Amino acid sequence: MERSINLYILIMFAVSYAIRALPLTLIRGRIRSPFLQSFLYYVPYVTLAVMTFPAIIESTQTPLSGLLALAAGIAAAWFGASLFQVASLCCVVVLVSEFILL
Amino acid sequence: MHITDSDKRSFREGFRDGIPIGLGYFAVAFALGVAARSVGLNPLQGFIASITCLASAGQYAGFTVIGTGAPYIEIAVITLVANARYLLMSTALSQKIDPERGMKHRLGVAWFVTDEIFAIEMRQKGALNPFYTYGAGAFAAPMWAAGTAIGIMAGNLMPVRIVSALSVALFGMFLAVIIPPAREDKIILGLVSISFGASYLFARLPHLREISSGTRIIILTVLLAGIAAFLFPHPQEDAS
Repeated sequence: MERSINLYILIMFAVSYAIRALPLTLIRGRIRSPFLQSFLYYVPYVTLAVMTFPAIIESTQTPLSGLLALAAGIAAAWFGASLFQVASLCCVVVLVSEFILL
Repeated sequence: MHITDSDKRSFREGFRDGIPIGLGYFAVAFALGVAARSVGLNPLQGFIASITCLASAGQYAGFTVIGTGAPYIEIAVITLVANARYLLMSTALSQKIDPERGMKHRLGVAWFVTDEIFAIEMRQKGALNPFYTYGAGAFAAPMWAAGTAIGIMAGNLMPVRIVSALSVALFGMFLAVIIPPAREDKIILGLVSISFGASYLFARLPHLREISSGTRIIILTVLLAGIAAFLFPHPQEDAS
């Protein structure tokens, strides 16, 4: 049976949106449990850290340029660079280091 | 709908923070477009899939299913698994969004729950103004969709060097979100370091590395944030 790409896309959309909308719309009040409050407080740090590493060294042409971008990004963010500055610096570090390395 | 000056300011601020996100999205979406092209999507379908789903790994997994011509239920399940981390983010946002805002804004903010937009939302001081999210989405989402469509049209024309460099923009943003609080708070510093290490081990060790990156994110988030919450409670001051 030939399946419709449009229907596939519609299903993808319905599922992706439901996942995002259900907690936001169903949990209307404050969560009172101190454990859950603490858990949700720590969630973004773990999630973002896990997503960053080791993915950053796998997304570039060589792991070393990704590692340099990671080090530069951590240093820049540590010393107060803005979101845009840190993101741009990481890109420049990869571009320059790959010009030298490759 | 009444839009205040503060809403407009939030929108502009979100738009500005959305620019690096949009640029990073464009590069990643371009690569996604190449994959979409290979399973038979035309540029319009790619654009619509991207503007509605806004999910990198989720869409990539979905396109793979389309390529195999599998039953519809399969694309529903794979989309659920690849995007399950958004359940956690949406739960965190349910506590972050300005409680004065109604259901309409909760539905609006839900549309833009992505790794990157979530990151900048959580960086906001105090409650989240939904217009901040809309500002970020107003630039980032069209860039994501346009990148996909152009990727489908252009195939492999963009220089590899440029794609490689742009691909780290998103990671740079994540660092800008997690590192400054880690400098202030030793517990977060430890948590971030342990997360890096655990994530690396999961990606490398036999058996564990078979776990998809989406599932790895969920397992480690629940495990590590759970342990941290147990050992170092951090109850929020009650607003009421």
